[in-house]
Amino acid sequence: MSNELTIGFLPLVDACLPILAAEHGFAEEEGLSLRLVKDMSWATVLDRLLYGHSDAAHMVAPLAIAATLGRGRPARPLAVPFVLGLNGNAITMRNDLAERVNPDGGLGDPVKVGARLAEVAAERSARGDPLRFGVVHRYSSHNYKLRYWLAACGIRPDRDVEIMTVAPPFVADALAGGEVDGICVGEPYNSVAVERGVGTIVLATAQIWRRGVEKVLAVREPVLEARRPEFEALVRALRAAGRHFVDPANWETNAEILARPKYVGGDAKIILRSLSDRLVLKQGGAPVHYSDFMFQHREAANFPWVSQAEWLYSQMVRWDGLAYSEQDAQAAARVFRPDVYRSALKGTGDALPGASSKVEGSLAQPTAVTTQQGNITLSQNTFFDGRAFDPDDLPGYLASLP
Amino acid sequence: MRIAIVDESAARASIIEEGLATLDDCEIFVLTERKALLARIEEIGPDVVLIDLGNPSRDVLEEYFAVSRVLDRPIAMFVDESDDDAIAASIDAGVSAYVVDGLASNRIRSLLDLAVRRFNAFSRLQADLAEAKGKLAERETIDKAKRILMDSRGLSEPDAYAELRRTAMNQGRRIVDIAEALVTAEKLMGGTR
Repeated sequence: MSNELTIGFLPLVDACLPILAAEHGFAEEEGLSLRLVKDMSWATVLDRLLYGHSDAAHMVAPLAIAATLGRGRPARPLAVPFVLGLNGNAITMRNDLAERVNPDGGLGDPVKVGARLAEVAAERSARGDPLRFGVVHRYSSHNYKLRYWLAACGIRPDRDVEIMTVAPPFVADALAGGEVDGICVGEPYNSVAVERGVGTIVLATAQIWRRGVEKVLAVREPVLEARRPEFEALVRALRAAGRHFVDPANWETNAEILARPKYVGGDAKIILRSLSDRLVLKQGGAPVHYSDFMFQHREAANFPWVSQAEWLYSQMVRWDGLAYSEQDAQAAARVFRPDVYRSALKGTGDALPGASSKVEGSLAQPTAVTTQQGNITLSQNTFFDGRAFDPDDLPGYLASLP
Repeated sequence: MRIAIVDESAARASIIEEGLATLDDCEIFVLTERKALLARIEEIGPDVVLIDLGNPSRDVLEEYFAVSRVLDRPIAMFVDESDDDAIAASIDAGVSAYVVDGLASNRIRSLLDLAVRRFNAFSRLQADLAEAKGKLAERETIDKAKRILMDSRGLSEPDAYAELRRTAMNQGRRIVDIAEALVTAEKLMGGTR
């Protein structure tokens, strides 16, 4: 059987699962042949998906919801049967700023760093030269997690600091050239900035939301329905790739594969840092271990929790200045498709949660959850400010946010 | 109408520019530098921005169009739902268009058609060039192989070529493949070519 699926991606470490599914034969075992198409902007990845150049895409999660709701262009329904991973991004600042807001070095405490940053932001505002942060896309989890952190620390984005878009491959240049004071970006680009000596990693996004949704596998909804067996096979292949990805025995091999120019490119040693949760935070520094910096497999990490889509919608309302709409909330929730994930993995022995939605950020300690099959114990999962997101009361949550 | 062409390939940008120059009352600006792109766009205040599909600056540009209050009228990606084929053709050709609010869509479409034709013409040119380059390289390899046969076996040039052709036919391969094998073998044997 030769069912070819074309998958669009951006050169980021978290495009790893489709790449490894193709490279290690996991797709082939499921009767699929994957063709990977690399692009340089999310706009292009989305265009190719919408106009049939690709069948699926590696995508920043909020963009899948924005496309479905018609933000910035006519609405086209997308579906997410698989979450490609949680977190894996970091906030990197210009060295002098990093030293000021995080004088002790290491990964900072988000509350303390935020408090010091608020002072700097006020000084810079008063000088008429506000702090500028770069994010990779308006509709990215990077943007939402950075804004969540800043706002909770009393720094109002768009008023106290500017936030602008910088394409991932150019963030090191933007830091070097003084276009931005800090960036929130995925790997390997934080490490590239560190290696060039133009930035210091201050926080991991996993410190802002311990289990925050990151990239997703996006498919056009009608295409998912028309080719359902192939996409279910793809879900199984991606799970197998994830098993391979998290096994320390494979880290070096996988870093070398990802470092090929046709995929992420660059230096395998730098890619290995995020794969192994060991980041060098400052040029010439020793690697710092931070567990689950990237979270691509365990604890049903790939399960598309409907509550994750709803959280993303809440942030879209918050930062696009929209009015909350019940209808849009439902449309956003429908983008994430746990039903497809379940039917793909039913009977495989892989663990499946019993519920499709959860209160996000409410687990203060490891908690065993009811399952449809297998066992799942979810680790601690909190937002750094202690708030929890209850999807049953989205307007209430929005009203409670600073 | 003010049209900005954003393309890091200066050659392609000039081909598009040349095509659009035939349009009436259009002022055309070509931007090939990533640096200070937004400042230049702001200066120009375009009605239409044509940008190559794969340009790495597209997300930055879209963000600017979405939030900038500097441009008088909002700019959005041109997507005419009544004519999805035209959009698909432009995506296939590798061009995306951003258009200010309120511009007549038939006017945009004829502009976009023209841009698509120029993009496709450029792709064909490139393909032709690549083919010509490939042919040239093949000829050089065959010449080298002929020279090896002439030197090592004392053959005339036509005989050397005939020998290559005969071997290719016997083995069901292309002459250039045989020539390449011969050149590689000669290198391995310590030849100087």
